[in-house]
Amino acid sequence: MSVLLSVDQVTKRFGGLAALEDVSLTVEAGEIYGLIGPNGAGKTTLFNCMTGLYTVTSGAVRLAGAEVQALKPHQIVKRGFARTFQNIRLFANMSALENVMVGRHPRTHATVLGAVLRCRKTRAEEAGIREHAHELLRYVGLGGKSRGLASHLSYGDQRRLEIARALATEPKLLALDEPVAGMNPNERQQMGELFRKLREGGVTLLLIEHDVKLVMGLCDRVAVLDYGRKIAEGPAEEVRRDPAVIAAYLGGEA
Amino acid sequence: MLDSLRRRPRLAFALLAVLLAALPFIMGFGLGNSWVRVLDFVLLYVLLAIGLNIVVGYAGLLDLGYIAFYALGAYVYAWLASPHFGLHLPFWAVLPIGAAVAGLFGVLLGAPTLRLRGDYLAIVTLGFGEIIRIFMNNLNAPFNLTNGPQGMNLIDPVSVAGLSFGKSLHLFGMKLPPTYLYYYLFLAFTLLAILVAFRLQDSRIGRAWAAIREDEVAAAAMGINTRNMKLLAFAMGATFGGLAGGLFAAFQGFISPESFTLWESILVLCMIVLGGMGNIPGVILGAVLLTMIPEALRYIGDLQRATLGHIVVDPSDLRMLLFGVALVAMMLFRPAGLLPSRQRKREFAAEDGVAEQEQASLYDAKA
Ligand SMILES: Nc1ncnc2c1ncn2[C@@H]1O[C@H](COP(=O)(O)OP(=O)(O)O)[C@@H](O)[C@H]1O
Ligand SMILES: [Mg+2]
Repeated sequence: MSVLLSVDQVTKRFGGLAALEDVSLTVEAGEIYGLIGPNGAGKTTLFNCMTGLYTVTSGAVRLAGAEVQALKPHQIVKRGFARTFQNIRLFANMSALENVMVGRHPRTHATVLGAVLRCRKTRAEEAGIREHAHELLRYVGLGGKSRGLASHLSYGDQRRLEIARALATEPKLLALDEPVAGMNPNERQQMGELFRKLREGGVTLLLIEHDVKLVMGLCDRVAVLDYGRKIAEGPAEEVRRDPAVIAAYLGGEA
Repeated sequence: MLDSLRRRPRLAFALLAVLLAALPFIMGFGLGNSWVRVLDFVLLYVLLAIGLNIVVGYAGLLDLGYIAFYALGAYVYAWLASPHFGLHLPFWAVLPIGAAVAGLFGVLLGAPTLRLRGDYLAIVTLGFGEIIRIFMNNLNAPFNLTNGPQGMNLIDPVSVAGLSFGKSLHLFGMKLPPTYLYYYLFLAFTLLAILVAFRLQDSRIGRAWAAIREDEVAAAAMGINTRNMKLLAFAMGATFGGLAGGLFAAFQGFISPESFTLWESILVLCMIVLGGMGNIPGVILGAVLLTMIPEALRYIGDLQRATLGHIVVDPSDLRMLLFGVALVAMMLFRPAGLLPSRQRKREFAAEDGVAEQEQASLYDAKA
């Protein structure tokens, strides 16, 4: 297997607070990688550092071997790394379909001139965008809800829509920040199935999740963050038995 | 009636075309030729409003110095087609140059201000608008570039294939004064601008602008180069402004810094806010109303003179008063505008500003 993402000694400080300290991890192509840890451990901060929203204080993030920590978010997306947000950030006043259509942006080319002249190429591309977006909505189980406003969808459907929108950018690696938070066990199970389907479709998943049972059942490997440090990494079963993890996290909650 | 027209778009289209073609004659015979001149200005303001709507309505960037681009277009036209430098380039060459110069300044203004949001952006663009006006006011020494406050005179009228728009045209025994000729010219440009704006809105680029307006962080996470797209919005809006400015210079034959005050920027902004930001029919309605109503109010002056023998309430004061009342009423009853866009209506219906605050705090060092 090849390494798709490697985080190398990343530190992120906010003023005096070190939200991440010397964190290193590697995600291999084709796996589902779990990132767990108590609230405030720095999981979301790590996502933001990886996807160009935050500048790292020190360290490197490599995507398929190339350093990306200095790139802008849109450049990282273009290289095949998409994400969702813990606090859902849909385009609330657009329809579900339009949200996904926006996600096609980095993979389409129409320029101002093309859009204004509406030449055959532009029209074909536009039809393709629409088609692809419909397909993705069906894929995540929102087939019948394309016309509704994003903000009118149920909480669980909004999470699905965020995934569809991220998939529209054709990621090799998809990072999901607490994608099942606030869902009932039934919905969680359905989401778990979606994640497996995604992996089978060739997308590598990086997953922040609190639900230890879901993480253990789904992830090939897991890393545990606590107070900005990585305290364990390995196959789910091993990590579950790690005394440091039990002390820091599992013991406290489970 | 409206419903049956909606079912027959071709017929509606044909009726609209006939109406637009006949409009100057209807206005001219019905109300007098001075109203044809008002129509010309309506079209110029529609053009301006459509351009500003790209910046404010589509991309969500509050620009209070928009009139500077109108000024640039007008001055470029005057430099290249008047006795001032002795240059008399044809209008089809000068107009694009003016539009391009304005577009370039749009990028120059946009580049340093992109990190700013909302109020801050408004202040900086407001300053830019004033700076351009003050430059035009003072660049008569040491080298006389703009002729200062006196403005520039004797600007060449538009001339197409030997037909000068500066003189009346005799056609089939009819006399068409310049205001009629400019009406058709402005109409052509305005319709073109409307088409461009519609097509941009309904494209990959329009969606990217809408995404930036809704949530800039999420837009970036969708692979949108937010900096370039915002610059593009500035440049497009400025280009429309520059085009309108060139047309204005040719039409008036005279320009001075007085035509490009902050008030003009605010007026154009009011047009799109009143009509319905982001929605082209709304923007057009706003421009039409805010250009026609003040003209109609002039009659109140005549009316007073005729009935009372002297003027009690100055019509221009009344204009300001009505303006204020109208804006306050709008805020209360139709905050999204008279003809709001689908999206804008929803934004005003949802009453949380939380997402925006969150957005302001998430974008870290990289902008
Ligand atoms: N933009 C920021 N400014 C200041 N502190 C931040 C910022 N983002 C995150 N933090 C801090 O970093 C720590 C880790 O937060 P976060 O990454 O959100 O944790 P998690 O996602 O694991 O719950 C917290 O103490 C949080 O307050
Ligand atoms: Mg978090």
